[in-house]
Amino acid sequence: MSFQIPIGPQHPALKEPISLRMTVEGEVITGVDIRLGYNHRGLEKLAEDRNWTQNIYLVERICGICSHSHATCYVQGVEKLMELAPPKRGLYIRYLVSELERIHSHLLWLGVAGHEAGFDSFFMYVWRDREVVMDLLELITGNRVHYAINTLGGVRRDLDAGQIAKIRDGLVVLRKRSEYYFHIGANEPSFVARIAGVGYLSKEKAVALCAVGPTARASGWARDVRKEDPYAVYDEVDFDVATADSCDVLGRVVVRVKELLESYKICEQILDKLPPGDIAVKAPRKAKPGEVVSRYEAPRGENIHYIKSNGTDKPERLKVRAPTLGNYPATVEMLRKGFIADIPLIFAAIDPCICCAERSVTLIDAGSGEESVARMSDLRRRAIVRHENAPLKRNAVWPL
Amino acid sequence: MAVVRTLLYLVVYPGLLFLFLYSTFCEWFDRKVYARFQNRMGPTHTGRFGLLQPIADFVKLLSKEDVVPEAADKRLFAVLPIIGLAVVSTAGLLLPVWNFDLANPGWTSFSGDIIVMLYLLSLPTLILFLAAWSSTNLFSTIGGARVLTMLFGYEVPLFLAVLSPAILANSWRLAEIAAFYQRKPLLLLPNLLAFIIALIAVQAKLERTPFDIPHAETEIVGGTFTEYSGKKLALFRLTFDIELVVSSGLLAAVFLGGFPGGAVVGFIHFVVKTLFVIFLLCLLRALTSRIRVDQVISFAWKYLAPLAVLQLLAIILLKGFLP
Repeated sequence: MSFQIPIGPQHPALKEPISLRMTVEGEVITGVDIRLGYNHRGLEKLAEDRNWTQNIYLVERICGICSHSHATCYVQGVEKLMELAPPKRGLYIRYLVSELERIHSHLLWLGVAGHEAGFDSFFMYVWRDREVVMDLLELITGNRVHYAINTLGGVRRDLDAGQIAKIRDGLVVLRKRSEYYFHIGANEPSFVARIAGVGYLSKEKAVALCAVGPTARASGWARDVRKEDPYAVYDEVDFDVATADSCDVLGRVVVRVKELLESYKICEQILDKLPPGDIAVKAPRKAKPGEVVSRYEAPRGENIHYIKSNGTDKPERLKVRAPTLGNYPATVEMLRKGFIADIPLIFAAIDPCICCAERSVTLIDAGSGEESVARMSDLRRRAIVRHENAPLKRNAVWPL
Repeated sequence: MAVVRTLLYLVVYPGLLFLFLYSTFCEWFDRKVYARFQNRMGPTHTGRFGLLQPIADFVKLLSKEDVVPEAADKRLFAVLPIIGLAVVSTAGLLLPVWNFDLANPGWTSFSGDIIVMLYLLSLPTLILFLAAWSSTNLFSTIGGARVLTMLFGYEVPLFLAVLSPAILANSWRLAEIAAFYQRKPLLLLPNLLAFIIALIAVQAKLERTPFDIPHAETEIVGGTFTEYSGKKLALFRLTFDIELVVSSGLLAAVFLGGFPGGAVVGFIHFVVKTLFVIFLLCLLRALTSRIRVDQVISFAWKYLAPLAVLQLLAIILLKGFLP
């Protein structure tokens, strides 16, 4: 008996709205269809109305977990446009926060993977220890989620000796705990039985479908922007690109935990090498006309911002390609021939961030169920038409 | 007078009221231990140490809106939770805590009551399947299919494991089995393997991690219970709580030497031993992740069932050597 089950847009396994329509035969998945467009917020359009500095805080709000990734990716691009060279100390602090964010994101993911597999004890323990890195981030930036430490030409807060000592202490704890979780994640029989061999994605397929981040690396494809195209401080620190060749969810767990250990290494090196000096230079109000593509290795993979300037104090166009979007085609491939029980694990294994990736709206006709995809410009045109034709409203009663 | 006694027996002790209170206590214990294993606090707020939390949850669920799906078989949908509760409560009456008198077999303690008990404990599974099927939800249907699939895995090992101490004790009456092991406590040791098998099977029967497959929330939302809400869901949850008490009571009676010492001391034995079994079940729940339904079947038939048969053979051989 073949039938379709709707995973999402509201489903306990998904913390954000997306629709995975699974055609299943008993417990086996035979067809997968991913529908997006439940969480469009029009951020790119908003960015065109704000100046260069205001936009830092706007793009930071693209995502709640990799907020610093988006802000840094944007700031890198704008600095290139403005031909700004931030001081070394500023860069070191900026990328220290980057690595701490990677740590917090990977720990969060590890816990979620445990929860999706029904391993709640693992989830609780990982999230308890994640508080250590959250506290460190709060210590450095003043915030737990939207750090707001970036500014054009550097960072906004300096580090003092006391903070550095606390970060070092925290890293010692985190390293010890991560090694323990590595042991659990790769050895606990019931957990491994759920993740080994699940969601297979061969290296050829990963390359063909342009998988990014840990998903690609778990298929043995050592792609990492930090290594391939070292930006800012990454050519001055020593680290390895973590890969696994098992091509399954277990591989993705292993890659992420290895990356955690690499990140601790990077953080310690950054703290060792932290140069004295200023943390920021003054940025001009306007950028020269031109365009730039900024690449950044977010926890979930390669994040790309395309920024176009027309010489004013506002961007003419900002385009965000979040890593999750790059992983959707690979997800469809991974889900095929899996079990229903594997859906949450496989989908969670790409570490999806749906609000990062939503760029268009799917309109569904409530009567006929017909679907159409609308672009922002199209919606705008429709809104104007509707507004012009609408009668004047007095004491309007809004339909609920 | 006899009528009043019977009524008291059914409604107060050890009937509904007692089972309700004790099962909510056991739920609290289970939640608290599980939480402490996970470095959490567990219930703390309602009542002392959060003891009243399960009752508060129950009362709150009772007051919630009760939605019956349009396409569901309404009568079946409504009546199933009540039947489930009745079945497990009846099974509770058969425990040898409240009828320890060996000489006087009554209507709650008779030769063969262990079989009746196992049968009554199997019924909730079928009721769950019917509940899932009658609610016509896609997720429920998948959950219902999983309930039945799992049943074929754990039921046979459970029966074999529980019967092996009965065979050694040469009785089909729970009170007599318990009395046999009270006389010869050392003979409990050969049944250790069966105890472990029965623990795992009971875990599967109660649908707790790693066997919470029929209502795995990250996969199929509420699974069997997706469409259940309000009073009906509350009754189903109570059913599971009472089933937890009754199955751990069964394991305690068969594998841990029963509840000797009359009404009061026997009752203390009952509380300590059931809590011990629940503690073990809770440990299992905290230490594992949910497995897939096909893995349950292969695990049950590759390991549990052969081991249970082995245990049975060993017991039969042992029985030949015993005087």
